Amino acid sequence: MEDFGSPALRRLLEAFPDALHATHAQHGDATAVVEAARIVPILRFLRDESGLEFDMLADLTAVDYLGESPRFELVYHLYSTVRNHRVRLKARVPEEAPEIDTAIPVWPAANWLEREAWDLYGIRFRGHPDLRRLLLYEEFEGHPLRKDYPKEKRQPLIGPRN
Amino acid sequence: MASEPQGQTVRPREGADEDLEKDLHTEHQILNMGPSHPASHGTVKFLIELDGETIIDLDIQVGYLHRGFEKECESGTWYQAIPYTDRLNYNSAILANIGYCLAVEKLLGLETPERCQWLRVLAGELSRIGDHLTRCGAACLELQAMTPFLYGIEARELCWDLQEMLCGARVTSNYVRIGGVKHPMPPSFPGACRANVAKIRQLLKDFDAVVTDNRIFVDRLRGTGRIAKQDLIRYGVTGPLLRAAGVPLDLRKAQPYLVYEQIDFDVPIGEVGDNYDRYLVCVEEMHQSLRIVEQCLEKLEALGDGPVNVDDPRVRWPSKGRVFNKMEELIQQFKAVTEGPRVPAGEAYHAIESANGELGFYVVSDGTAVPWKVRCRPPSLINLQPLPLMVRGALLADMIPTFDFINMIGGECDR
Repeated sequence: MEDFGSPALRRLLEAFPDALHATHAQHGDATAVVEAARIVPILRFLRDESGLEFDMLADLTAVDYLGESPRFELVYHLYSTVRNHRVRLKARVPEEAPEIDTAIPVWPAANWLEREAWDLYGIRFRGHPDLRRLLLYEEFEGHPLRKDYPKEKRQPLIGPRN
Repeated sequence: MASEPQGQTVRPREGADEDLEKDLHTEHQILNMGPSHPASHGTVKFLIELDGETIIDLDIQVGYLHRGFEKECESGTWYQAIPYTDRLNYNSAILANIGYCLAVEKLLGLETPERCQWLRVLAGELSRIGDHLTRCGAACLELQAMTPFLYGIEARELCWDLQEMLCGARVTSNYVRIGGVKHPMPPSFPGACRANVAKIRQLLKDFDAVVTDNRIFVDRLRGTGRIAKQDLIRYGVTGPLLRAAGVPLDLRKAQPYLVYEQIDFDVPIGEVGDNYDRYLVCVEEMHQSLRIVEQCLEKLEALGDGPVNVDDPRVRWPSKGRVFNKMEELIQQFKAVTEGPRVPAGEAYHAIESANGELGFYVVSDGTAVPWKVRCRPPSLINLQPLPLMVRGALLADMIPTFDFINMIGGECDR
């Protein structure tokens, strides 16, 4: 595995050689594919390590690679306001147990982003204090951004709630 | 000699002071605010826990404008997503157009012609001015000041008139194309633009005269909605909110895209990060955007006529004149519309500085003409999340300006 000139990838390769599956820098975006079980220590390392200082979780989302195994991929985009650099982390979770540890202790920004990923992809975040749906309503059936969710599906009508 | 005061002095009855000290068994009240409320723009619901008029806690419920933007993008061609991006932040639609197209161009490895890049910057900055005007104007409106709102809206109309000259639409622009823009600048545009820029400057001056030192306005904004800059960073907040707290992060400077490197402009920052600083930062950003617009005009006039689209067979659309008269071009147009460009497999993230902060698009392609994933990183949603930190312990009335200056746009927040 290479670091492609990215300090974040170089330090990750040194510190977590066994937790990294692959790296790439496609179109200039430094990316590391990591072991899902180790995600929180890796995120914390990237936040605290001097010289990296990724103090901002810019984005967290998921991608459904239906037909592949493991099926879901969590994608974390980190940005450092101090060093002005970015890195992307990806971790796969299987369809049978779509679960990963919450990143809220590292960045509180993860709260709503994880709720959104739960809402739209059905990925559970272990340790999340309030894993409710974010954009859809409680009675909504299914997780619409999964590739096997039919776009035309009708949802139950709900009346006003008090 | 002064006359003695007449009448009897009123005294509180015996024991009244002790009564005030007694526990009155008050309860916290839950107040529903929204999803549609006359003192807020944006469709969002707040469940506010109140002790009297003091906010104890706040639960924010978003999602009322969720239309499945990402799901829709996954069922059309790469081109067909562009009109959807108009409807994210409908105050500054062109900025979302630009963000999406830059991400797709990154996947395709396209470099657009210089003329196109200057045009995009020009249109984007007009959009940004319109967005900031809406934010500042609507904030005044919701603080019961109608006049400055009308100044703001009049200036926004001028921006939209210019946008209409560029792309034919006032709100939903659909102006930017993968590898270019829809139209070059019409010949009458530079003159109209200069005239409107002068008018907008005058309106900003009027706005400033009515609002900036207005006692009521300052009292409502000064010291409200404050939050530490470390908290903003931990919550991923970007844009004018973060700059008002003193962090000079502007992606146009930090990670320049398009031709921003060649443009001379300043990044205003605030001192304490309250609502008043946010207002001042937004106003100054509008002046900076006007400067950028003028530089773009000069450059575009110097560049003269020429192509505004990249000449790449994967994304090229033939000119309409040839489509209507030549068989080959007709076929090419037909294929471009019905099949759309094939984008090489891969992933890319591109972030631009939108009016609200970092607007990012994470696009994944599996090598077909249909996006596998289009993720919009919405600054409106992410900036809204720390609202409870800003208003906890404040008065209910402070919610209004704080929420206004977050400038949550429902279309972008809920997608």
